[in-house]
Formats: sequence, structure tokens, C-alpha cells
Amino acid sequence: MKFGIVVFPGSNCDADCYHVATDLLGCEADYIWHQETDLKGADAVILPGGFAYGDYLRAGALARFSPVMESVAAFAREGGAVLGICNGFQVLLEAGLLPGAMQINRGLRYVCADVHMRVENDGTPFTALYPKGSVVTMPVGHMEGNYTAPPEVLDALEREGRVVFRYCDRDGKVVDSANPNGAARGIAGICNAQGNVVGLMPHPDRCSEGILGNAAGIKMFESAVSALATR
Amino acid sequence: MKVEVRVYPKAGVLDPQGKAIASALSRLGHRAVRDVRAGKVFFIEVDGSDPRAVEADARKMAEELLANTVIEGFDVRVTG
Repeated sequence: MKFGIVVFPGSNCDADCYHVATDLLGCEADYIWHQETDLKGADAVILPGGFAYGDYLRAGALARFSPVMESVAAFAREGGAVLGICNGFQVLLEAGLLPGAMQINRGLRYVCADVHMRVENDGTPFTALYPKGSVVTMPVGHMEGNYTAPPEVLDALEREGRVVFRYCDRDGKVVDSANPNGAARGIAGICNAQGNVVGLMPHPDRCSEGILGNAAGIKMFESAVSALATR
Repeated sequence: MKVEVRVYPKAGVLDPQGKAIASALSRLGHRAVRDVRAGKVFFIEVDGSDPRAVEADARKMAEELLANTVIEGFDVRVTG
């Protein structure tokens, strides 16, 4: 099992993802510089958090024109597992690999906090080990996490079970006060129609071992290992 | 030639920035302000002499990169 971790100029969680994949899971991993087009035989590709291209113009808007993104799109089309975390999620949206767009947080402030999310879809390669309906706590750190899409797109996401995580209170209730950024329908993460491309704003890479005080995120990576190892 | 592209939140799309500016203006005493929407302007210089071709080109730029058409509208004006 090998993870490919894309590095844009301005990515800053690439080393965290590499650490989780190699030191914690004992998997192979390779960094893939954004100018490269070879995914180096990765079984799963991660677009990490950070500020690709300084978030100039819009978060993710310039990163999507990097040469590597054509390879990532082709990999995704063939069913390859792709995970976008935070800025990586924003890149997936701008690249059109996931529907919708991000707006600035409704409070107009950068939000850095632990949030609770309800697992709405346990059928993706990155969520298979989380029981559906369970509550997972992960940290967020972002300025543009206010997910939005036209109403018909939101309806389709709901109907097709493509909302993967939803912000909720600690008891799993989706209430506005638990929504850190104003995201439509409390959406924290979504997947594509095939379920192989997943994006979320919270950071599983920042909560994957006990020494960090929270190891809830490791299951996202373990899910990929178990889903892809049995392929 | 010179061309301007204005990019702004689509009508109906929540614009938290515009809302914050509107309330700040109101606090400053500009009580007549009813609504503000905040956008961006790109001043672009291009080679060419046919205003229609320049406009068409700028539209393409807006659709491909300058605007995220999920949430933003745009207009294009050749200015000289």
C-alpha cells in the first residue's frame, strides 16, 4: 500500500500526512511535487492542507492548473482513491473533481477549533472504519470553509448519500451552533458520485496519534489501507 | 488594449464580506446603506486591436480562472 502526497508551493501539511502514512501505518509514501505528472504508483493520493499558491485569487484556484492535477484527475476517473484535506478539499472543488465552492467563513474570521462531525457515509475508501452515525472529533483551521453549492446540487448530494461528514454537537445533533463556518446544511465533507474522491475541511492528519491528544483521524488512513489492500 | 473584468458574488449567494462592510458603513453613520456586495476588478492589458476579440478573450479568462462561476458572476468591459 502506497500513498502519494501532492506538494504544492505553500502546502504545509504534507509532512504530517507522510508521517501518518509511514511512521504510524508502516505504509510506503512518496511526495509528488506539483510539477510532476507521475503519481509514482500510488494506491491513494492525498492533497494535503496548507495555502497552495498562497491562496491567491481564491483558495485552490491556481493549484488546479498544476501539471500534477491532470494526473490526479485521470487517476480519479479510473476509480483511484483521492483524499483532499482542507486546502486539498478546496483544490478538488476548484478542479471540478467535487461539486460546489468555498466561501469565506460566515464570521469573517479564521477558525481554529476542534469540531464534532457525524459520519454520514461509511462507504468511501476513507471512512469505511467509522460506524455510520458515529460522532468524530477533529480540528479545523481555515478561513474559507463555508461550503456552498446551488440548491439542486445540495439536494443531489443528500439524495445520493454523498455528504460524508456533517458538523454536529457532541451528541450528533446537526445544529447551527455547532457549525464553525456557515457551511450549507452543515456539510464538512463530501465525495464524488463513485465515492472514490473525498474532501473534508477538518484535519485527520492532525489528530492521528495519542501524543496529540486525539487519534480519531487515523481511521481515515487505516480505512484506505484496508479498503485498498483487499482490492 | 485595456479590458476590465469585474467579478462579484452572484445574486442570492450569501456574501459575508459585503454584509460586514454594510454594517460597518451603517455604524459609521451611513444609514442610507441598504446592501453591499463585495467583488474584485481585474485591469488587464492585452495585445490586439479588435475590441470584440479582446472582449471574447477576456470572457474566456473570466470563465476559466478569474471567476468561480458556481458562486460568482462577472462582466467584461473593453476600456481602451
